[in-house]
Amino acid sequence: MATQTAAERQTFVKSLGRLYGLYTGGFLAFIIALAIMEQAGVPNRVLGYFFVFFTLAVYGVIGVAMRTAQVSEYYVAGRVVPAFYNGMATGADWMSAASFVGMAGSLFLLGYDGLAWVLGWTGGFVLVSILVGPYLRKFGAYTVPDFMAFRYGGNFARFLAVVVLVCCSFTYVTAQIYGTGIIASRFLGMQFEIAVFAGLVGILLCAMLGGMKAVTWTQIAQYIVLIVAYLVPIVILSTKKYGIPVPEFTYGFAIEEITAREQQLVKDGLAVLCTKEACGPGTLRPHIQPFMNYTPLNYFGIIFCMMVGTASLPHILMRYFTTPSVREARVSVGWSLLFIFLLYFSAPAYAAFSKLEVYTNIIGRDITQLRPWLFTWGELGLIQVCGKNAVNLDAAIAACKAIAGHPGVLRFQDFVINTDVIVLSTPEIAGLPYVISGLVAAGGLAAALSTADGLLLAIANALSHDIYYKMLDPNAPTVRRLTVARVLLFFVAVASAALAATRPSDILAMVGWAFSLAMAGNFPALVLGIWWKRTTTTAAILGMAAGWGICLFYLVTTRYFPQAGVTYFGMSSLLNPETGKALINVTQVMADPKWLADVPASAANPMANRVGWFDLNNINCGLLGMPLGFLVMIVVSLMGKPPPKEMQDLVDEIRKPRGKTVLEEKA
Amino acid sequence: MQQQSNDQIHWKRTTNLMLAHLFIWFFFGYIVHMFVNFLNQFTVPILKFPLGFYMAAQGSLIVFVVMLFVFAWQQDRIDRQHGVAEDD
Repeated sequence: MATQTAAERQTFVKSLGRLYGLYTGGFLAFIIALAIMEQAGVPNRVLGYFFVFFTLAVYGVIGVAMRTAQVSEYYVAGRVVPAFYNGMATGADWMSAASFVGMAGSLFLLGYDGLAWVLGWTGGFVLVSILVGPYLRKFGAYTVPDFMAFRYGGNFARFLAVVVLVCCSFTYVTAQIYGTGIIASRFLGMQFEIAVFAGLVGILLCAMLGGMKAVTWTQIAQYIVLIVAYLVPIVILSTKKYGIPVPEFTYGFAIEEITAREQQLVKDGLAVLCTKEACGPGTLRPHIQPFMNYTPLNYFGIIFCMMVGTASLPHILMRYFTTPSVREARVSVGWSLLFIFLLYFSAPAYAAFSKLEVYTNIIGRDITQLRPWLFTWGELGLIQVCGKNAVNLDAAIAACKAIAGHPGVLRFQDFVINTDVIVLSTPEIAGLPYVISGLVAAGGLAAALSTADGLLLAIANALSHDIYYKMLDPNAPTVRRLTVARVLLFFVAVASAALAATRPSDILAMVGWAFSLAMAGNFPALVLGIWWKRTTTTAAILGMAAGWGICLFYLVTTRYFPQAGVTYFGMSSLLNPETGKALINVTQVMADPKWLADVPASAANPMANRVGWFDLNNINCGLLGMPLGFLVMIVVSLMGKPPPKEMQDLVDEIRKPRGKTVLEEKA
Repeated sequence: MQQQSNDQIHWKRTTNLMLAHLFIWFFFGYIVHMFVNFLNQFTVPILKFPLGFYMAAQGSLIVFVVMLFVFAWQQDRIDRQHGVAEDD
């Protein structure tokens, strides 16, 4: 393992600062150069390709330059990543296509209730730092299953942990590759399948030769691109609108205007308010009004599951294996959250500015005055006016004319926007040149690629280190271990790209599921393994299986077999958060032979995702799994003999930062 | 024996610190937001945000970030006082 002296470390950190400073300057110069090219008349399509291929090339160069033949560099970047830089890398690892593109859209749609995601995806780092991360760093594992195997007596626990890991991470990584396809096809007009393939190449270049070492240094580069890309459009918009370049402060004014505008729309009869009596689709839910989209149980459930899921997801935990010390691991969690915070506290500003634009310049305006930016997205089927894709002005007017008694003024219910459009359209709404749109696309790609890198490594490392090296061939020489790791990485990447290219319908929902599954499977075993010496092997294995099992059961039943859930497991319809009435009439649907035969349920099945126990949304299945996991582990532990003295001593060892790591790697 | 009890005190202080931070986390992650309707009656001065909305969008997040740096500092101090911190 690489150990550095204090002086060496200082020069190292300094040279990092110089390198990444230079890189950031170069990136800004690149944007300016493209802006000049745009003024000189270079077509948009070409600028877009420049953005994508230049950034991909930079990541690829870093990835190849950081290739390694050392096991500890491949798995944990040689444990030399300083806290500050590890924080940036974690930020990029954490913020996916869903955060970059989807988050602001959810906030636009859900208003206050969408903040559950903002809270849930930030607060979890507190748990990482105080409960889990630094202790795993002291333990000295290469992977999360490494810890499980060591603490819980061997390969059965290891195998279970690998199953949980692969199950959470594979759908997640597929969603990222899918995200690269979406971004590149929407922005640059690339064909979806080609974009997926380009993303795959980018990921492989970064991760395959250098493992964690290469991924770490590319993720830092990707963080810089994604945060610049996220903040630039909205800072300019805020400056234009309110004269202050801090959108996080100025969107309070936008919210005030939105609230006034909402009341005006209802008064003018242009929108129907969602009330306790009736709150159907197409009704207006005021932006700041809480609990109109989620019941309080589901709102707090999402916050809790996302937070605890954060502290259980292997690709996040393993980032803290790369710091030089336990102390730096802790500080590094702080930096991680600071860098993540920069994006998450800006997302609601995107939502507010877009909403204000829609409420003032689209809804309540004469149909002939529709803003031209709309039609770019209408052509892609992402904005609908009067129930038809708004491909151009004539189509929109014709669609509204076809509705009997339409007043000729656009009403709230006439306008439907896909949530991805919010971030992507902001540069156009603000009237910015195309180069900014290209920048946003590059940022979205950076977000998707960096997360995909981290996830792929987590999966491939678990397969190569835990399954191959630890379980199948413990005597494998270094060269063969690394070769196996690379080959597995390649195949996992190709498999998820192939799956992404088929555009699976549930893929984005599955990202949310990954958090609940990770939480139910990993969290109790990790926390009790560190904090309660009495936890026994049998208890941990039973607890993991039970917690994870019930969570998976609840997800699969409510999504794919709702009929069985209702018939055999006593599930009933979820309730509308505002009116408290059932979302669907279960008896009526069950009587319809069309849906009864629909097994596993298609997305169109009215019961899919709409039935459950205790009015609990299936994304919150971790709320069932985690308590069950804890309960089983505690009860079974107390029934059995305490773990041997040596194990208890080793747990003591994990709790003290000083001294050698518990798990020592043979060089 | 002496070493043993030092470790025990260290762990007890670590546990207490953990519980304190867990409580702050729970307070700003959940309890504050249970009173969102009440808090929304107030407005953040100058910025014009309704307070309940502001806490979920920014307030709690700022608390989390600050908390993590404070925690890292406090835990390190405990480790140093009990001689179990790593060498600088």
